[in-house]
Amino acid sequence: MALLQLRDLNKHFGGLHVTNSVNLVLEQGEIHCLIGPNGAGKSTLFRLILGEHHPGSGQIWFADEDITALKSFARIRRGLSVKFQVPGVFKGLSVRQNLEIALQSRLHGAALDKEIEGLLAFLNLEAEQAQLAGNLSHGQKQWLEIGMAISLKPRLLLLDEPTAGMSPEETHMTGEMVRRLNAAGMTVLAIEHDMAFVRQVAQRVTVLHLGQVFAQGSIDEIVADERVAAIYLGQAHA
Amino acid sequence: MTGFLGLFRRLEGPQTLGRGPAFWALFALVLAGALAYPLFSDGYTVGNTVYFFVWVFIALSLSLIWGYGGSLSFGQTAFFGIAGYGYGILTINFGASYGFTWIALLLAIGMAALVAALLGYFMFFGRIGGVFLGIVTLAVTLMLERFMAQTAGPEWRIGAARLNGFNGMSAMPPLTIPWFGGPIVLFADVGLYYVVLAMLVLVYLALRILMNSSFGNVIVAIRENPERAEMLGYDIRKYQLITFVIGAALAGLSGVLYTVWGQYITPSSMGMTAASLPLIWVAVGGRSDLTATIIGTLVVLSGFQALTIYGSQYALVFMGVLLVLTVLIAPNGLVLGLITWVTKRVARRKQETA
Ligand SMILES: Nc1ncnc2c1ncn2[C@@H]1O[C@H](COP(=O)(O)OP(=O)(O)OP(=O)(O)O)[C@@H](O)[C@H]1O
Ligand SMILES: [Mg+2]
Repeated sequence: MALLQLRDLNKHFGGLHVTNSVNLVLEQGEIHCLIGPNGAGKSTLFRLILGEHHPGSGQIWFADEDITALKSFARIRRGLSVKFQVPGVFKGLSVRQNLEIALQSRLHGAALDKEIEGLLAFLNLEAEQAQLAGNLSHGQKQWLEIGMAISLKPRLLLLDEPTAGMSPEETHMTGEMVRRLNAAGMTVLAIEHDMAFVRQVAQRVTVLHLGQVFAQGSIDEIVADERVAAIYLGQAHA
Repeated sequence: MTGFLGLFRRLEGPQTLGRGPAFWALFALVLAGALAYPLFSDGYTVGNTVYFFVWVFIALSLSLIWGYGGSLSFGQTAFFGIAGYGYGILTINFGASYGFTWIALLLAIGMAALVAALLGYFMFFGRIGGVFLGIVTLAVTLMLERFMAQTAGPEWRIGAARLNGFNGMSAMPPLTIPWFGGPIVLFADVGLYYVVLAMLVLVYLALRILMNSSFGNVIVAIRENPERAEMLGYDIRKYQLITFVIGAALAGLSGVLYTVWGQYITPSSMGMTAASLPLIWVAVGGRSDLTATIIGTLVVLSGFQALTIYGSQYALVFMGVLLVLTVLIAPNGLVLGLITWVTKRVARRKQETA
């Protein structure tokens, strides 16, 4: 069953065609990675899915409902959740409070406290719980925001470069975490440059280039595709 | 029952300074002092003290909207004025019998809240935020000031109430409690002092509970990062609007109490100077904390009052200097900075001796 469908989505920024007739189907239960050179339009696609940008034309369907015209918060309430490319934690609030704000619409009282303790342990942030989120390292901020995103128990989790700023070990741990969440039923769409991470988690990969879907397939198919290698090389030369 | 106890638990939390027995003992001590104070003073001085308390509500409204919510409203005086004039118009027309002054107080605050709801709806749902919020609210208060200032002619009346241009409206009845032996009229004296003190304590505690509740969590989350707050599923416009309306009601309470205190209100209470002063008290005190806001407001206000003896222009210049110093030394507020500094020292001392 398709959980998310992007139908002929278009978005212009002035003369720049950042999203060019994108069609993408995300199956319920899969881990799907979105890759592509810098400026390919990956983050913009997330912002369209989340309703921060509105498409010039095309539709976004989520769980058999047209959500193209819905406000962002309403999309979140239908089961979407996101970790942004630039970590969007509440810098002036404690780590604990960051999690509380993410959880409080679902849980209260003792159940809320218990869930926070569990998440702190899961995210390896127990020692930092009283610290201001703004004082965390970049990697820890990423983890905290992932924790906030999964607090909503979303049906679809959007991760924009979740492992940026992480060591290879941390990246691997993040990958394991994503796989565990997926095993528990969460569908994941992740933008990632780190090919080790993509290889670790992705069941399917979509390559975005100049706002268009350039290729799609398993990680092995994508890696073997010379055209894909060419666009990355092209960028390296440019 | 657990819900009720839950409210008490919310008196303390990450959004408000002060917790534990030591803090509440100090609170009780200050309150006892405030309760006993009229016994050691005369009615005239006590009446003047009420004047300082009157302004605390508008300061708290700014703390809520600006300090906690992160939107700078430059026009809280608009709601102050609407409620002040509203009280005057209502009571001059309908008198003070049968406890009507209290109904007028509520209606006047309701008017301010209603205007805020309409204005706030257009601003927040029209996504007018940031510095534009300050500009729009300032424009509204200055517009109201200009409008009221040109109502000198006899044609400007609502029922029996003459608006009276820049000379202002006066002679509205004070708050009056109906009583068996005859109504108790609360002139700017000991009676009014206790009533306003009670309101102050109630509002302070209620705001502590509100800010430490899940509602308060969302408010500070919006201040920190509105995009992230929305992406956790919160309709942030709704939260901003509610905060704005509560703030307007508090500013309105200030306006009514001011009018009741002096039986007098003028358009200049909505002018540029009037609009700026609360911002200074709150900034100097520490806008992101209720307690620091109250202390800051009372201290700065009494300092200001003491200085006006030497001429109000000097006092205003001093206010400006104080604001600049705050921005340079302790951007989050001098009182708040001092409190945090002291608590940190105490905590360190404890750690060292332990
Ligand atoms: N709000 C905006 N206004 C104008 N141009 C924009 C805006 N947001 C993005 N762009 C442009 O759109 C293009 C795609 O940006 P986007 O952030 O989607 O790329 P990306 O694939 O996420 O890149 P990266 O891998 O560097 O994060 C870029 O050229 C960018 O400069
Ligand atoms: Mg990006």
